[in-house]
Amino acid sequence: MTRLPSGGLIDRSVTLPFHFDGRPLHGHPGDTLASALLAGGVRVVGHSVDLGRPRGVFSAGAEEPNALVRVGADPMLAATTVELRDGLRAWSLRGKGRVDPDAVDERRADKGYLHCDVLVAGGGPAGLAAALAAGESGARVILLDDQPRLGGDLLSSRVRLDGAPALDWVAAAERRLAALPEVRVLVRTTAIGYYDHNYLVAVERRAAGERLWHLRARRVVLATGAHERSLPFPGNDRPGVMLASAARAYVNRYGVRPGGRAVVYACADSGYEAARDLEAAGVVIAAIVDPRPQAPAGHAVTGTITGTITGTTSDADGLLTGVRIGDQHLEADLLAVAGGWNPAVHLFSQSQGRVVFDDALQAFVPGASAQAERSAGACRGLYGTREAIEDGYAAGAEAAGRDGDFAVPSSDETALRPPAAYWGELSPDATAFVDLQRDVTVADLARAAGTGMRSVEHVKRFTTAGTGADQGKTSGALVAGVMAELLGATPGQLGTTTFRPPYAPVAFGTLAGRDRGELSDPVRTTAMHGAHLARGAVFEDVGQWKRPRYFPLDGEGMREAVLRECRAARTGVAAMDASTLGKIDIRGRDAGAFLDRIYTNMYSTLAVGACRYGLMCTADGMVFDDGTTTRLGEDHYLMTTTTGNAAAVLDWLEEWRQTEWPELDVRLTSVTDHWATVAIAGPRARDVLAAVAPGALDLAFMRYAGTEVLGVPGRVFRISFSGELAYEVNVPWHYGRSLWEGVLDLGAVPYGTETMHVLRAEKGFAIVGQETDGTVTPQDLGMSWIVSKRKPDYVGKRSHSRPDTARDGRKRLVGLLTDDPDAGLAEGAQLLRESEVPARMLGHVTSGYASATLGRTFGLAMARDVAPGDRLTAVSGTATVAVTVVEPVFYDPENARRDGEPVAAGIVSTAPEGRAESPAAAFAAGFAAAGSQSVRLRELPATPMWEVRGADPGEGLRLGPDWWLVVRDGPAGEGWVEVSGQRTVLELAGPGALDVLITGCPLDLHPSVFTGHAQTLLAKAPVIIERDGDAYRIYVRSSYTAYLAEWLLDALGR
Amino acid sequence: MLLIDCPHCGPRDENEFRYGGQAGIAYPDAPGELSDGEWAGYVFMRDNPKGWFTERWFHAHGCRTWFAVERHTVTHEIRTPVQEIR
Repeated sequence: MTRLPSGGLIDRSVTLPFHFDGRPLHGHPGDTLASALLAGGVRVVGHSVDLGRPRGVFSAGAEEPNALVRVGADPMLAATTVELRDGLRAWSLRGKGRVDPDAVDERRADKGYLHCDVLVAGGGPAGLAAALAAGESGARVILLDDQPRLGGDLLSSRVRLDGAPALDWVAAAERRLAALPEVRVLVRTTAIGYYDHNYLVAVERRAAGERLWHLRARRVVLATGAHERSLPFPGNDRPGVMLASAARAYVNRYGVRPGGRAVVYACADSGYEAARDLEAAGVVIAAIVDPRPQAPAGHAVTGTITGTITGTTSDADGLLTGVRIGDQHLEADLLAVAGGWNPAVHLFSQSQGRVVFDDALQAFVPGASAQAERSAGACRGLYGTREAIEDGYAAGAEAAGRDGDFAVPSSDETALRPPAAYWGELSPDATAFVDLQRDVTVADLARAAGTGMRSVEHVKRFTTAGTGADQGKTSGALVAGVMAELLGATPGQLGTTTFRPPYAPVAFGTLAGRDRGELSDPVRTTAMHGAHLARGAVFEDVGQWKRPRYFPLDGEGMREAVLRECRAARTGVAAMDASTLGKIDIRGRDAGAFLDRIYTNMYSTLAVGACRYGLMCTADGMVFDDGTTTRLGEDHYLMTTTTGNAAAVLDWLEEWRQTEWPELDVRLTSVTDHWATVAIAGPRARDVLAAVAPGALDLAFMRYAGTEVLGVPGRVFRISFSGELAYEVNVPWHYGRSLWEGVLDLGAVPYGTETMHVLRAEKGFAIVGQETDGTVTPQDLGMSWIVSKRKPDYVGKRSHSRPDTARDGRKRLVGLLTDDPDAGLAEGAQLLRESEVPARMLGHVTSGYASATLGRTFGLAMARDVAPGDRLTAVSGTATVAVTVVEPVFYDPENARRDGEPVAAGIVSTAPEGRAESPAAAFAAGFAAAGSQSVRLRELPATPMWEVRGADPGEGLRLGPDWWLVVRDGPAGEGWVEVSGQRTVLELAGPGALDVLITGCPLDLHPSVFTGHAQTLLAKAPVIIERDGDAYRIYVRSSYTAYLAEWLLDALGR
Repeated sequence: MLLIDCPHCGPRDENEFRYGGQAGIAYPDAPGELSDGEWAGYVFMRDNPKGWFTERWFHAHGCRTWFAVERHTVTHEIRTPVQEIR
């Protein structure tokens, strides 16, 4: 046992049993795994990665290169960073991690977003002083420290401040910080990344699972301290060789004697401090070896040898037994190396600040800042406690923009002399290690220099020095120092390798947080989603939407189900949930002129009540989107877009409206989530329509009726994407499921996107994103008929006469028939002529299906230099399919089917009942059950909502410069767009509500800043958040409601 | 993660925005009168400086306003004030 009988910051009254490599040991609260292993006499913690040499604990912090362990489900951790806990089971490693696939991991990682005026990274003397100076001026301060308690290096030292133990000063500082309501202290929290615009990421270690903090600071104070470095000499890796600062930490902080008889290698004066503290703990100091000619004034430890260490000796197990200084051999089981200090400039460097080499300090220190940041204390080379505190106060005051006169305590430390300008001998010995974790030696660096490498970046990649999990924290400066000696340069001329995030290893599970499984990405569902689930639909993802792909009956595969659904649509009546199509309400005097410029065809001449199919292009003339747009009134249109492109199209329209044509009076409002849409298709579609929307029964093709649907105001469009008689019936979102169930009860067969694709392909209708890929013009699709020759301009018009788009030999849309009527055509298959040698790739299959109507397989393709009748081969992988090129219309080319059948005689269908159901209805019980004293969640009753654009309505939530959301009962104003179904309102209330929101909302929600409302993202879903005291109303798009409800319940379940 | 100062909403994280490329590229008055080369210049050619760059951003998840800022392409510093495009 090497545990000291008293002293240190451990609680000896509590014993924590743990296992290392199956061996029972114990420690105490306050221990790390490393200190408990040392206390238990474990000297070999693991073996090195390449050479398999025994290695022991080398440091007492995140810089540890040697003592790597697996702990439970964590495949590799540094034992010096693992807080000891009851029952912990750790296993030694050979330099790299091992995953235990059977490990049970019940931790749940989370994340959070915080904002502050001043972020202080590091809670040592400088960081504490900075936080105090900033916090006491009223600034919002976040103070991070990676240890379980504040104090930094003072936890490991016996320094006295103002005549009292330094920890008294720390305790007083903590009390002062605790009294400041705007100061948040996060211990066990490591800042791992420093990104643009003062955005930092930190990992908080919690028993329940780590938390990844996303921090945005107005100003940053880096008080990250310094890492001691080793020196390369033969046998410098033996268990028993340790950083002097670590040896000091083990005796002072952990009450552990890391050896009985020590040699201290003091290239910097911290070695003398360590020697003094080791001696005070009963360790025999065999000698202090100092390359510098004179010992510091007033040091009480005897036995200083001026010289350098030239080697070590070991026993049969590789444990240190002695130290060589030239011819002299001193017995020792501990060699404490004070090779000098490396200021921890990692975060500074990540912030894009340049480090510079300081000759006096023999260290890389921060140069000019690149962001609103400054370093304080040891991380810029101010190693004395008093100097660090003074610098910290100044940095904190500067960051908070205050003056201040701070009481800097006096310290009993002796003034530090400059460290030795010494980087070790250029020993060819194979055990003079520079990077312990990567087993890189001086000889390896010499080989790199010998091959002509001059850049430390090249040397790093050649030797792997600095690429271990410790990222070379103790070795980085050493590589520069040794390379400088090898090349006859200075370390400053060589510089350092780039410091990249993360500062310390971070688990993927921590980065993922709660964004996993069902919550990995926002999911949009329609009002009918519950019905689709109940019916056993197979879904496909279209953007963030879940769309039913097909509805299998008992035992059906996709092919059978789709053939059956297609037959129903061609011979009877079938229905599809078309709610996901983008819907954009377009109003204003110039709405028609606006659409004329956007679409390739004309809209200003469209009759009120008429629908028209349109194609829009980007400026390069390529097809961007398509859909049907209807003129609802003189100055009022409704545009539909493809499902996947809805947001992009609305953004596109806004771009042209705002940036190019601000003179046009046109207003754009998304109503995608306000309306639920059912497409009813098939020759018997009227039988169903007669019951659900009798007012629309007489609609002509491509006409619209605003009419009652299920007794509520709805919209019916007679448009067809299948060639059959078809209607798109719209009701407010809450009635969507009722409409869907009603339509199916009336005999319509539900069909999904796969059947929709087959039906349209039989008619030769292209799908944007399937037949097109951003390189296809309307003309390429054979749709010159939709490109206006009369209009002076439309977006993309000029590009349609560019040489490349107007040339012959472009790929064009063609149809394909397989020779074998059962042979499938794979999308993406290449088309070629077997007779051509070498074969040219003529194009590719864009769609391939089996058709119930045609009784065979068929496809669409984009291909050049082909004509109907050509015989081609479609090649996909090793499969070849013989095909014949045909015109891309396979079914009803005369459009004879589109009028369907009249209502069947004798049909007496009663209208199904319209029943409103909120998208959050299914969650009401879950919300109630998840509530607690601290936070409650509920859905607010549905209230009419309108979006208002243009003039200020004098009420509602202002969402943009000329955009409002009015939520109330009562009459609407002129020109308001009803969006009552578009959003659902959830209320999160109580003192804990804010803590839930910050786990998913990047906005600064601090009560002093966030007083009204904001449109932003919550859990990556678009929302409006409105604050009312400690209650937050969350207006979420109806399609995101179920996803957000699940996310909130997941958050409340923690 | 850049912090972009929206003229209406104030500072917001970059992922609330959509990038709009170089600012100040106006749609030509009479595209039909441009040569193929001139039109290709409008459609395809953009500056790519190392240094200050005036570019457009769209606050897609906020107020849905297009605006322009000057950003340094090396340091990512954003100069204020931002300019409204309208």
